[in-house]
Amino acid sequence: MVEEENIRVVRCGGSELNFRRAVFSADSKYIFCVSGDFVKVYSTVTEECVHILHGHRNLVTGIQLNPNNHLQLYSCSLDGTIKLWDYIDGILIKTFIVGCKLHALFTLAQAEDSVFVIVNKEKPDIFQLVSVKLPKSSSQEVEAKELSFVLDYINQSPKCIAFGNEGVYVAAVREFYLSVYFFKKKTTSRFTLSSSRNKKHAKNNFTCVACHPTEDCIASGHMDGKIRLWRNFYDDKKYTYTCLHWHHDMVMDLAFSVTGTSLLSGGRESVLVEWRDATEKNKEFLPRLGATIEHISVSPAGDLFCTSHSDNKIIIIHRNLEASAVIQGLVKDRSIFTGLMIDPRTKALVLNGKPGHLQFYSLQSDKQLYNLDIIQQEYINDYGLIQIELTKAAFGCFGNWLATVEQRQEKETELELQMKLWMYNKKTQGFILNTKINMPHEDCITALCFCNAEKSEQPTLVTASKDGYFKVWILTDDSDIYKKAVGWTCDFVGSYHKYQATNCCFSEDGSLLAVSFEEIVTIWDSITWELKCTFCQRAGKIRHLCFGRLTCSKYLLGATENGILCCWNLLSCALEWNAKLNVRVMEPDPNSENIAAISQSSVGSDLFVFKPSEPRPLYIQKGISREEVQWGVFVPRDVPESFTSEAYQWLNRSQFYFLTKSQSLLTFSTESPEEKLTPTSKQLLAEESLPTTPFYFILGKHRQQQDEKLNETLENELVQLPLTENIPAISELLHTPAHVLPSAAFLCSMFVNSLLLSKETKSAKEIPEDVDMEEEKESEDSDEENDFTKKVQDTSNTGLGEDIIHQLSKSEEKELRKFRKIDYSWIAAL
Amino acid sequence: MAGYKPVAIQTYPILGEKITQDTLYWNNYKTPVQIKEFGAVSKVDFSPQPPYNYAVTASSRIHIYGRYSQEPIKTFSRFKDTAYCATFRQDGRLLVAGSEDGGVQLFDISGRAPLRQFEGHTKAVHTVDFTADKYHVVSGADDYTVKLWDIPNSKEILTFKEHSDYVRCGCASKLNPDLFITGSYDHTVKMFDARTSESVLCVEHGQPVESVLLFPSGGLLVSAGGRYVKVWDMLKGGQLLVSLKNHHKTVTCLCLSSSGQRLLSGSLDRKVKVYSTTSYKVVHSFDYAASILSLALAHEDETIVVGMTNGILSVKHRKSEAKKESLPRRRRPAYRTFIKGKNYMKQRDDILINRPAKKHLELYDRDLKHFRISKALDRVLDPTCTIKTPEITVSIIKELNRRGVLANALAGRDEKEISHVLNFLIRNLSQPRFAPVLINAAEIIIDIYLPVIGQSPVVDKKFLVLQGLVEKEIDYQRELLETLGMMDMLFATMRRKEGTSVLEHTSDGFPENKKIES
Repeated sequence: MVEEENIRVVRCGGSELNFRRAVFSADSKYIFCVSGDFVKVYSTVTEECVHILHGHRNLVTGIQLNPNNHLQLYSCSLDGTIKLWDYIDGILIKTFIVGCKLHALFTLAQAEDSVFVIVNKEKPDIFQLVSVKLPKSSSQEVEAKELSFVLDYINQSPKCIAFGNEGVYVAAVREFYLSVYFFKKKTTSRFTLSSSRNKKHAKNNFTCVACHPTEDCIASGHMDGKIRLWRNFYDDKKYTYTCLHWHHDMVMDLAFSVTGTSLLSGGRESVLVEWRDATEKNKEFLPRLGATIEHISVSPAGDLFCTSHSDNKIIIIHRNLEASAVIQGLVKDRSIFTGLMIDPRTKALVLNGKPGHLQFYSLQSDKQLYNLDIIQQEYINDYGLIQIELTKAAFGCFGNWLATVEQRQEKETELELQMKLWMYNKKTQGFILNTKINMPHEDCITALCFCNAEKSEQPTLVTASKDGYFKVWILTDDSDIYKKAVGWTCDFVGSYHKYQATNCCFSEDGSLLAVSFEEIVTIWDSITWELKCTFCQRAGKIRHLCFGRLTCSKYLLGATENGILCCWNLLSCALEWNAKLNVRVMEPDPNSENIAAISQSSVGSDLFVFKPSEPRPLYIQKGISREEVQWGVFVPRDVPESFTSEAYQWLNRSQFYFLTKSQSLLTFSTESPEEKLTPTSKQLLAEESLPTTPFYFILGKHRQQQDEKLNETLENELVQLPLTENIPAISELLHTPAHVLPSAAFLCSMFVNSLLLSKETKSAKEIPEDVDMEEEKESEDSDEENDFTKKVQDTSNTGLGEDIIHQLSKSEEKELRKFRKIDYSWIAAL
Repeated sequence: MAGYKPVAIQTYPILGEKITQDTLYWNNYKTPVQIKEFGAVSKVDFSPQPPYNYAVTASSRIHIYGRYSQEPIKTFSRFKDTAYCATFRQDGRLLVAGSEDGGVQLFDISGRAPLRQFEGHTKAVHTVDFTADKYHVVSGADDYTVKLWDIPNSKEILTFKEHSDYVRCGCASKLNPDLFITGSYDHTVKMFDARTSESVLCVEHGQPVESVLLFPSGGLLVSAGGRYVKVWDMLKGGQLLVSLKNHHKTVTCLCLSSSGQRLLSGSLDRKVKVYSTTSYKVVHSFDYAASILSLALAHEDETIVVGMTNGILSVKHRKSEAKKESLPRRRRPAYRTFIKGKNYMKQRDDILINRPAKKHLELYDRDLKHFRISKALDRVLDPTCTIKTPEITVSIIKELNRRGVLANALAGRDEKEISHVLNFLIRNLSQPRFAPVLINAAEIIIDIYLPVIGQSPVVDKKFLVLQGLVEKEIDYQRELLETLGMMDMLFATMRRKEGTSVLEHTSDGFPENKKIES
């Protein structure tokens, strides 16, 4: 039974992995990246998330390894704390409270007891680099208020700060100048690019900076794609710089390799460039990384690089420029046209992903399952280019068919439109292109829906378009004697007074099709394609349209742009009820009659859950989000919940997810934050205890047998059972992974011996005798307790023991203490 | 990461007849050789033995033609009246023919006079055939009888009088020497066994039977009569397997392809249809100038011979494939080059490095991959490409436009190069499937080359042609719109009458609907 707290809106995964540079562990086994309020620890080899470090109350803005102990990690957050973690075990060691918003974190091996952070104290847009002295204290939470100012008027991004040559100086860039602060001299040199003064629109703003690890050399990246290498900057006059130019667009990040022999740079071209020996000639490329490179980092061991990309992806790259692993989060850098969908097969969330792709994202594991390439064209990443956009997608026939629409509109008149139909292939476990339809309509397609009725023998698809028509596409047999083939053809074209078709929707049983033409809703018979009736409310264009389900299948709901929600009864062909509600999202629950509507007001978005049969909502939650909610979807639960309270019953069979304009994926949950946040740690705990292996069942059976014997030989049991858990040989056997265990033949004798050993201790006769005595005394002392059954004795064993202690001799007391050390947790399991 | 994705070439469905392997096979014949005979060609039969001569029965003569000769290499003309159904024996050395006067004559291929004459039929003998043991002849005549003759002593062995109308077709089983089949105008096909005195099987075709055919295995029987071709399963006791009605006049002749996979039927409607014997669907069709009476296929389908009512014999030979072989073959690496190292077993300490499969890219794709846009455009503007595959050129132009570099690729061209582009535009601009892309390209070209116009008379002329083309197209579109407007007006006047009825219908249709639903 789940405790019924208030329903809260919670973030559900899919947070940015590319917000800051990823950090490698010293041995390159792990990679850390910030992810919303957490820090995630990934294995560089398996791409799996090993730990999630949670503890921060706000966005984590920086992470660095502890230079003094490479098994520890510092992180800073907007909540004003710096936390020190043991990342191997995922434990928070210490919290340093700074007290103001921290925007970035840097550590230096030379400055042992202090770290550098970027803060903005006075004005909101003036950022300062300060060093924070971390006091040494044994307590968990330490105040660290000792800040010493280093640099002022710097850029907020940590890419614009770099510490060079073992912490001798720090370089910072902002707009058109580079400032270098020397720690020893405590002076700042400032270098301004000459061209920036003359030309107004010169695009040589600084974008990022990196320092050579051993030499006095600073590399800076610029808006126009140039990389400048600065030397001799100790002197304000004699400084020199050289230019490296390959990027044609802004240099997003720079990084020197550990030895400093090569410089890595990346940008919008999504090509990682390695400049060897800092010369223009010697460069290597790793092209086609998929999306803009946002960050580059290098492992301390020097064997791995990693690039963070704008499509929420981290690529781990070998020293020889070979990509070895990809950590992919929910792709979110582009606008979502397709909306949220659920793949009926995998129950994965499906939405726009990489350019031209659909992503399948597992909500349970917060992991991208795969990308389906829809557009199948080389993606040219260039600013201002009109790309082909994947605008619509729909699943049909229980996941057997997928329809996608892509369009590219350069000018008013030049529209390229293509509809593709994909069939699920069981053999390859993927979607295969079946039919490609060029220009299915003369104008943009506004809606796309499959007939998902169970009894429909022929897959049917309906598209509605701005050109005033809706078209019905059916699957036809196209096979001849040479090959078997099926393809989609247009079956019917319908229109209503040349109005733009805006929405279409099939009823649950597939017998009726509703198509809205601007303000008018038309109902069509899906067998004869006859116009049955029309509904018009003169309340603005229809924005959403859906049929009721199950018991409410006689109702049709429509939400208009003027903020009216209408419900028509299809039997009486009359308006059942209407309500004033500015509906942004309207989603029917596939498992129940419920319909969720999210309305938009100036304050924020509100959620209404209702049944079409009555205008009174089942549940209202105000202010679910400050910003506009763009899409929503019901996800069927694998295991239905059992909320009894009427207000929460709508969450029993499905869960509601929604996506806001800033692309955060949110859901409703009744669980307390701790419960919600720690599914993985719970899992880890479960793994610690006995796994459910066949061996476990044997042991379990063994225990049951002992259970039966319990009444007769309680004393034996007392010794034997705890011992089986405490024998190191057994625990070792159970907790060591199978593949590192020696052969069973070798283990067998050890194992059997360990079991025998327990017998021996028992046959030592001391303990059982004592227990006997104890029992005897017990029975003597407390006659009135005699009618207690043995089971009760057994469960309250420790309590009884304590009562008896007063009457026992010292030697017996010792023995009893021994008993107390024995783990009695097994009793709970009985 | 993902490799380079080649440019998607827009493919357009080819209208008209679908190209299948059957159309390729049956179209792979030379233009027919026409030979004029004296009368309607009632029978063509190929000798089963090389050199695969064929006997043509027309009027009172039997001509034997060689494979490539257009003149008969032999003629049998000692018939008093019309000859029918000259058929070769399995060894190709004897020929039997019936005649209008009721006689059956047996000829030696090398001789001239008949070897044997079988007398017994009282009316015209339209069908004769050798049995599988080569020593007997079956004949069917207009006197409703079917007779079996012995060749060595030219005697009649058996007579079947079961048909009730003219017997016009028949054939003997290729496997069993005692079985033969006849079709008659009494709408039946009967199977006779020489060991018994009556028919063993009878199927009802439904129309006068014009032709029968046994499959080589003997399991299936095909009969043609009226507009129908029917296939019967003999092993199931003459069950109808399929009935084909693809001709619109009487089907007169049947023939199997040498592989047995296709069935051909010729008809008075001047068509020969090819059926697949697995699905019995028409896979190909030939047209001829006159009604077809007879049809034969040579060994390995090398030749199709069709005889027609107007006495024309049409002979089609298969195109020789010697041409391909004559090309000098490039010396390929030896077989062992390919298997070199393939059988190497991985040792314990070896690290196996798989070579990634090399993806073949077209030349223009290679250029585009390396952003050599002008070169890619040059490649597809090559005359061989623009004429043969204009869709590739258009696709590349579209791709360049998508990449935003079309203007760059089109700029900086000299007179010759720009005239290539303009030629392509002139040829394809008016095609509706290419027009959206090419109009955009034409606009860009005009923008780029406007300042230098007048410097080259060649280019100027091309521009003028292009202008004329566009003007013509606009006129054409206007005319089409005018027509459409006229048609709309006509439809509108017609609809007015309907409109009233529709209105009435809706007025009483709606409450009805409601009633039903409530």
